[in-house]
Amino acid sequence: MGKKFTEADAYDAATELKVPRSLEERGVSRRDFMKFCTTITAALALPVSFAPRIAQALDEVQRPTLVWLEFQDCAGNTESLLRAVNPTVAEIVLDILSVDYHETIMAAAGHQAEEALAKVVKEQKGKYIAIVEGSIPLKDDGVYCCIGGRTALDIAREVCGNAFATITAGSCAAYGGLPAAAPNPTGAVGVQEAVPGATVLNLPGCPLNADNLTATIVHFLVFGKLPAADSHGRPLFAYGKRIHDNCERRPHFDAGQYVEQWGDMAHRKGHCLYKMGCKGPETYHNCPVQRWNEKTSWPVASGHGCVGCSEPHFWDSMTPFYKRLPNVPGFGIETTADKIGIGIAAGTAVAFAAHGVISAFRHDDPSEDSKED
Amino acid sequence: MAKIVVDPITRIEGHLRIEAEVSGGRVSDAWSSSTMFRGIEKILKSRDPRDAWYFTQRFCGVCTTVHSIASIRSVENALNIKIPPNAELIRNIIAGIQNVQDHVIHFYHLHALDWVDITSGLKADPAKTAALAASISQWPLNSATYFKGVQEKLSAFVAKGRLGPFANAYWGHPAYKLPPEANLMATAHYLEALEWQKDVIKIHAILGSKNPHPQTFLVGGMAIPIDPDSQNALNADKLIEIKRLLVKAREFVEKVYIPDLLAVASFYKEWAGIGAGVGNFMSYGEFPDATGKMWLPPGVIVGKDLSKVGPVDHKKVTEYVDHSWYEYAAGPGKGLHPWDGESEGKYTGPKPPYQFLQTDAKYSWVKAPRYEELPMEVGPLARMLVAYASGHAQVKKTVDGVLAQLGVGPEALFSTLGRTAARGIECLLIAQQTPTWLDQLIDNIGKGDYRIHNNEKWDPATWPHEAAGYGWHEAPRGALGHWIKIKDQKILNYQAVVPSTWNASPRDARGARGPYEAALVGTPVADPDKPLEILRTIHSFDPCLACAVHVLDVQGNRMVQVNVR
Repeated sequence: MGKKFTEADAYDAATELKVPRSLEERGVSRRDFMKFCTTITAALALPVSFAPRIAQALDEVQRPTLVWLEFQDCAGNTESLLRAVNPTVAEIVLDILSVDYHETIMAAAGHQAEEALAKVVKEQKGKYIAIVEGSIPLKDDGVYCCIGGRTALDIAREVCGNAFATITAGSCAAYGGLPAAAPNPTGAVGVQEAVPGATVLNLPGCPLNADNLTATIVHFLVFGKLPAADSHGRPLFAYGKRIHDNCERRPHFDAGQYVEQWGDMAHRKGHCLYKMGCKGPETYHNCPVQRWNEKTSWPVASGHGCVGCSEPHFWDSMTPFYKRLPNVPGFGIETTADKIGIGIAAGTAVAFAAHGVISAFRHDDPSEDSKED
Repeated sequence: MAKIVVDPITRIEGHLRIEAEVSGGRVSDAWSSSTMFRGIEKILKSRDPRDAWYFTQRFCGVCTTVHSIASIRSVENALNIKIPPNAELIRNIIAGIQNVQDHVIHFYHLHALDWVDITSGLKADPAKTAALAASISQWPLNSATYFKGVQEKLSAFVAKGRLGPFANAYWGHPAYKLPPEANLMATAHYLEALEWQKDVIKIHAILGSKNPHPQTFLVGGMAIPIDPDSQNALNADKLIEIKRLLVKAREFVEKVYIPDLLAVASFYKEWAGIGAGVGNFMSYGEFPDATGKMWLPPGVIVGKDLSKVGPVDHKKVTEYVDHSWYEYAAGPGKGLHPWDGESEGKYTGPKPPYQFLQTDAKYSWVKAPRYEELPMEVGPLARMLVAYASGHAQVKKTVDGVLAQLGVGPEALFSTLGRTAARGIECLLIAQQTPTWLDQLIDNIGKGDYRIHNNEKWDPATWPHEAAGYGWHEAPRGALGHWIKIKDQKILNYQAVVPSTWNASPRDARGARGPYEAALVGTPVADPDKPLEILRTIHSFDPCLACAVHVLDVQGNRMVQVNVR
């Protein structure tokens, strides 16, 4: 394959896509399917030439089983899933998968529901995907979360321990999240810590962005393995860059144009929210690119700073939310989460207390910030 | 007598367990238990009060705005902050569409499968289904071809032999009464509603960046700037998109949800005599106008007496823990007001794995809130009853219209069916009302008022040494209250008493049942192994258990509890 793909080649490749029969039966048009495959390809940061491969993989797989467990959760990630973009086909992808257990949507209840879960673990050992939402309490023998009379820990060991892989949906399942915030009253932890032997991929966020989940599942279907991850277990395709580096307001940061008060002229004109506490400079997530609710918006675009919700233990390391970060590496996209993120997270609790001021920043344009309402 | 356990109760938010005794084909007693606890109130202690909304928002990802609104109102109340009119209107629009979307999701995706047998729809005649649909609504998708398409998709799905989330349900249960055509129609709309809900909630993304968990609330106002001359603020382009989505929301409610609700209800009228509950109802009132007057009024109704509506006074709220896994320092048998609450979580239940809870002792992480010592039902039914009994013209007209159409009297409202119908009625009224708040916002902007935030007390240095306040909100599931105490710019105490705490309450010190428990008594159970009827009554309340669990802190000190609905 010495030949380089041109855009025209990529387009040709995409137009070769055939709608898998399984989708055709469900009334998915070829146009919708092409759109889906190319969207997913883009989400995974793959060349468009991969689209046919995705189509082929989707056609070949026999609806792998997925079970969705909820522990110490708020169901926000489930709700996020319901908002997945590319409606028709996203729904179908769930249909391509066999969602055999999900408390919030499943018709069955009580012991009939528990039977459905037990059946998957027994009959599809090592083959199914588990998705976990919510943290797992370890304190006091796990009495702080019981389902069907069993502890979350007991269920997680069995279900995640026997899965092909476990994907954590949201920051609670990934790192303990809100229940694990100081003083962590219930001893809450994420899945990897609760079940060390399990194969876990983390999709943190509060909630997670469903587009990243869809892309991860397709990656698995296409390549038969999980995507590459950073040291926090997060896939690089979604968490490989800082918010700050993809932020549409970055030019204002570089130009020293900052919002000083909610509703001032700089706020109205879309200037940088750094001084209002934005945590974009320390947060690895693809929000500025992927956005939310069919790309309608994301926090910074709607005037509120990032709070760092995809970073481990952001509830402690990124609060108070409205206090500006004490130190922000200079201009340019020169570093990764693994190089600086850990140091920042560990040091923030102390650093924030020191009411940081950054000398590196230029002064604001006084003509801007004096004009508030 | 058989004791049955339904755990997990599915198609709700959170972890709910029901234990019930069945005797002579009916529930003779019931116990409602939440089996999950996070301790968020302890986590809030000593944090910045301006951050609290973001923490409490995570009480629940379903009603994903309500705890933010109650939280910022509690801080604003404590610090005496008056927010700009635009911020109030934006909150009304956000809360309005939250109610509408949440109620529709509840009806189709959480509640419908209690009444609709999807598998029966496979036997329906698409032409007759189209005729049925056309007889109740002018919705454009009412063709035989459309219903045939849905049916074929379903058939192909079933033919594969793997039903996914629809497996192991109570299909074919004798309590399902709808003809195949009605089942097919409702199933088609289940799928349509799935598409609809993610469109209309984009209003939250436009005004608040994303949904779930919009990131836009501020103590003192809202974070979405207004400027018709900026592409980075709320401008004409975005306002008109919100308008379009509000019209879309209203049309679906008027032409799909309400006709479906009435059609389904007409086959289940016996449920107007089942599931009455405690008969006491409370609403805090919601959707303030510029003068603070509430569009839906506050009030308390006791003993199903619609001739009297009492005022609501937050000082009359107390919480008991005699059957909850907590301890009060003062000992058992006492109810504490949220301001004075002091408690410590202490699990005394059976060691898991367990078969039954000790329902004669403590059996839930939910506390037992009482108003003047009485259990209260909260939610759409409570709001509609309080408004109806207060003479609210729009509510009265719509409620009377629905009752006439179903051929039942007002007493039918005190029931499982009444609860489900009231949710639809409220959804319709809010879907029709929300555009007026948008119009008012547009008027203000047209007059040059772009204010979205009151900055006067943003800086904690401006705050008094100590402050206390409370914030109320009528969430989709009912009356929600957050109480806060602030000292030296930090949270001293925080407590939330949420809708599902009221409704999912266990027994209190006197042994009085909570609303779920009371409503279940007398509910028929045809097959104890498939207690479909229990799900109907429980789902009619729209449980939200992550919210309901509460707890508290701390050695000897005053409270810090939180939680909610």
